[in-house]
Amino acid sequence: MIPGLLSRTTPDPGDNGLPGLHRVPIWFNDPLNWKGPDGLLAYTSEHIVYTIVVLAVAMVIAVPLGLLIGHTGRGSAAIGGSVNALRAVPPLGLLILLIAVISPHIHITQGFTYLIARGSVPYFIPAMAVLLVLAISPILTSTYAGVQAIDPAVRDAARGMGMRPVQVVTRVEFPNALPLIMSGMRSATLQVIATMTVAAYAPLVGGIGRLIVDGDQDLTSLRYGYPAMVAGGITVAVLALAAEGLLALLQRRVVSRGITGRYSTRREKYERHPPAASRGARAGSARRMRRSGQLSHT
Amino acid sequence: MGALWHYFLSNRQQVQGWAITTIWLAAVPLAAGLALALPAGWAASRFRWSYPPLVSLAGALYTIPSLVLFLLLPGILGTGILDTLNVAVALTVYTFALLVRAVADGLSAVNADTLSAASAMGYTGRQLLIGVQLPLAVPVIGSGLRVAAVANLSLVSVASIIGTSQLGQLFITGSSLGILTPIVLGLICFVILALCFDLVIRLAMRVLAPWRRAVPG
Repeated sequence: MIPGLLSRTTPDPGDNGLPGLHRVPIWFNDPLNWKGPDGLLAYTSEHIVYTIVVLAVAMVIAVPLGLLIGHTGRGSAAIGGSVNALRAVPPLGLLILLIAVISPHIHITQGFTYLIARGSVPYFIPAMAVLLVLAISPILTSTYAGVQAIDPAVRDAARGMGMRPVQVVTRVEFPNALPLIMSGMRSATLQVIATMTVAAYAPLVGGIGRLIVDGDQDLTSLRYGYPAMVAGGITVAVLALAAEGLLALLQRRVVSRGITGRYSTRREKYERHPPAASRGARAGSARRMRRSGQLSHT
Repeated sequence: MGALWHYFLSNRQQVQGWAITTIWLAAVPLAAGLALALPAGWAASRFRWSYPPLVSLAGALYTIPSLVLFLLLPGILGTGILDTLNVAVALTVYTFALLVRAVADGLSAVNADTLSAASAMGYTGRQLLIGVQLPLAVPVIGSGLRVAAVANLSLVSVASIIGTSQLGQLFITGSSLGILTPIVLGLICFVILALCFDLVIRLAMRVLAPWRRAVPG
């Protein structure tokens, strides 16, 4: 009866004026879209290198600062408050503000290798600054939260054994806080990879976001339009998942087994599948207790 | 400061319209995401085997960058690229992803003795969940909701890169005209909205979990 309603219930890929998602595999299948300075490979390698640089700088700033705040217990309220306030500031707005304020004062015109295009430095610096701010806050908060969550008895024991304050920080507090530091690192990585696409709103700054932001100019173009945007988007999502997986592996390697308790697998197996004799005692409340106990340390 | 006020007054209609869209785009997904996360989180806490897959699914959903989801959804839903429905659906997905874990952990963290006492008083399964577990989980769920609200607002602004019409357009306007006033006004608007959302959720938590007032902190 209502033709508009009927046509809406069966969405035809073309009815929104965009090339359909079936164009995306075709886009991926074309080698021309992968090669060259405007190709997917170049954009992806830029995306990865920028992400690593931002995270490395963020770690160098945030981890020592977080350890210091956690160790001394000073300034945690101020830092916590400002980190929370920062979360309310949209990165896109901050980026555009910084471009408007500081880009006109940067007069570097040359490029550096293929990673930083000629003339892009005035936009590159604000973009990286925004990403840095974004990456520092989760690492900083998780570092000092990790240090503050350590059982005071552990710290006392370390001091009682004659450790100097620096040793307490590097040999006791840092390894104990490492699981939380790594989780802050993981959320920072995800945010940086995702927001790097937003940073492409700055002119000339590379990374996969270029495909997305530039694709918006002519959506219907099969090579540079909507299919390229979606392809770039999928690549970013794959990068994010890969980074998450790699960092999870890294966390398994670097966190001491004394903290995760992963060496006691045999005992855990025993507890999970107790011998038949003790099974009879399983009352409902006991089961619930064990369940809540198990979840509280995951 | 005067320039800001002047800009706001001369573009009042537009800014107000954008602000209302922004509030809707952040609030509706918050409610929808919570409505979806409550049963899923309950399932994750009730059936222990479903906790790891549900929480990792939520984690995987959260790794999808927002700009990507804003772009993929028109292809999946058949909506126009500027349709605000894309933003609403994407933010619902993120809210759900954030809250599933909060709901599951909040429900599971309820003291076992409390539950035993309630079941000894004659509470049955569903009464136990609605009358005891859920109210006790309000602080945990509420803090998840506060994070989701602020994240949603900031993600709404990202959608303006594609061109949807909301407060993020102030940034785009400032950037294309090369003037600071709309950019600063946009930042102020977003921070104020974030504070308002936070305040509303905290008030709701106070109403739903009044015993928290008795215990400081």
